[in-house]
Amino acid sequence: MYEIRIHSRGGQGGVTAARMMASAAVKDGKFATACPFYGAERRGAPIVSFVRIDDHPVRIYSQIKKPDMVVVLDPTVMDTVNVLDGLKKGGEIFINTHEEVQFPEQFTVHKADLTGIALRENLVVAGSPILNTPVIGALAKLGLFTPESGTKAITETFADPRNVAAAKEAYNEVK
Amino acid sequence: MSEKLMMSTGNKAVAAAVKMAKPTVVAAYPITPQTEVIETIADYVGSGAMDARYIPVESEHSAMTACIGASITGVRVFTATSSHGLLYMHEMLHWAAGARLPIVMGQVNRTLAPGWNIWAEHSDALSQRDTGWLQVYVSTVQEAYDATLMAFKIAEDNRVLLPVMINMDGFLLSHIMQPFEMTEPGDFIPPLNLPQKIDVNDPKGYGAMSPADIHFTFRYDMEKAMKNARTVIAETEAEFAKRFGRSYAPVEEYLCDDADVVIVAMGTLGKEAEVAADLLRKEGIKAGVMRVRWLRPFPLDMKVEGKELVVIDRDYSFGFGGVIAGEIQARYPGAKIARVIAGLGGQEVTYEDMAELVRTRKIGTEFWFGIPKEEQ
Repeated sequence: MYEIRIHSRGGQGGVTAARMMASAAVKDGKFATACPFYGAERRGAPIVSFVRIDDHPVRIYSQIKKPDMVVVLDPTVMDTVNVLDGLKKGGEIFINTHEEVQFPEQFTVHKADLTGIALRENLVVAGSPILNTPVIGALAKLGLFTPESGTKAITETFADPRNVAAAKEAYNEVK
Repeated sequence: MSEKLMMSTGNKAVAAAVKMAKPTVVAAYPITPQTEVIETIADYVGSGAMDARYIPVESEHSAMTACIGASITGVRVFTATSSHGLLYMHEMLHWAAGARLPIVMGQVNRTLAPGWNIWAEHSDALSQRDTGWLQVYVSTVQEAYDATLMAFKIAEDNRVLLPVMINMDGFLLSHIMQPFEMTEPGDFIPPLNLPQKIDVNDPKGYGAMSPADIHFTFRYDMEKAMKNARTVIAETEAEFAKRFGRSYAPVEEYLCDDADVVIVAMGTLGKEAEVAADLLRKEGIKAGVMRVRWLRPFPLDMKVEGKELVVIDRDYSFGFGGVIAGEIQARYPGAKIARVIAGLGGQEVTYEDMAELVRTRKIGTEFWFGIPKEEQ
């Protein structure tokens, strides 16, 4: 089983990202679940969502304590949240940033400027750049699911072709 | 996995099953975490995808009353609620069952106030245990869909004619997204034929004065219907498995045949407990799981002999104990039970926690998970 914890803020689309990730994995023939943790938070507050991908049906409902991967959609949550909490040794980090970032050496760090991509594609809703479709492209590049399944998961959710374009940009940009 | 699978929340799966069952009337009032069920149904009705009368009401008491009024005319009826909404229906829950109306309800299990808490607990539905409703507890999105389809067939069977409540854990199941198959039921649910329906051309009445001798018979008949429901549930689940390939039992057993110790739980805890059993077996402990699905009618053929039971109650009856442990002890007097209270208010209980509860079990005691042992 591969367990992913997504850090974002309420309203940034972290929950939808989790659903599209699980959906893409299912299209690849895997089993997957996506569960947001619904706390007392509201729009703008740091939130976490969980995705589990496995070769067998997922029977776990509790929260992910020891993720294999951490996805940071909004790096500003790191001011108040330890996003590395419980991350397995050798675990992977994907972070949305255009800046240089430092993490302990035991982790593999990937990054792409999803916010910049969203702004270039003019993917902005209510003043906030849309991060959940470009992140699907980035995570496809990291091998969580195939790019084809990622694209299908996006088009099932969003009709606007700019979402797929943003995902392709992130796919090409992620390091 | 097949192309037929789609991602859905538990809430949306229940709504999708209701659409397939084609009720004539849906009356409901929104409450977290049930809201998505009736929002989705309202969308179906609004867009014409579902040909039903959707009655928005001002309270849950009115929702159940509207359901009763509609059901008496012999049409298929659905509602959904949760927690305080269910409690607000309480009076009319007795009425619906007493009038022998096959209403189906989606019930999202949520904690009762105070303090304010929107997360999973079974106290809401268990406090309505004696209203005469059948109660089933589900553990996956697919099961929520399948159980909702079967609920209509079971409730409307003329050997039963009692309302059915499908329970799923708030957020843990109502809001999780899992792949599921939206099976077309075809003619699985036959047309409803309510024997005593109200028809303006053949006037009848419901709820007239009933002195003790008649009233006593009414109640005896309800219990006969509950007994019949055991047969009807078995038949319905067998037919469902034959037609659609997914099988369910009143108590889902996992690795129980050779088990020395069995975790007994309902809902998502009962499903995650399977992972605990796998973990314990790797340590050499022969563990299994009994996930109680049908609480009413209560299962009478649990194979508890020669096993120790760790019963996890996500509920509590103050001044008595956990409801499920108590019911099992009452029906199986010889059962060796370690009683655990866990998961109240949405308390996080992982498969690792459940494995530890098995390792440290003490038969004949009650343990509140999360409260230090020395304080209990």
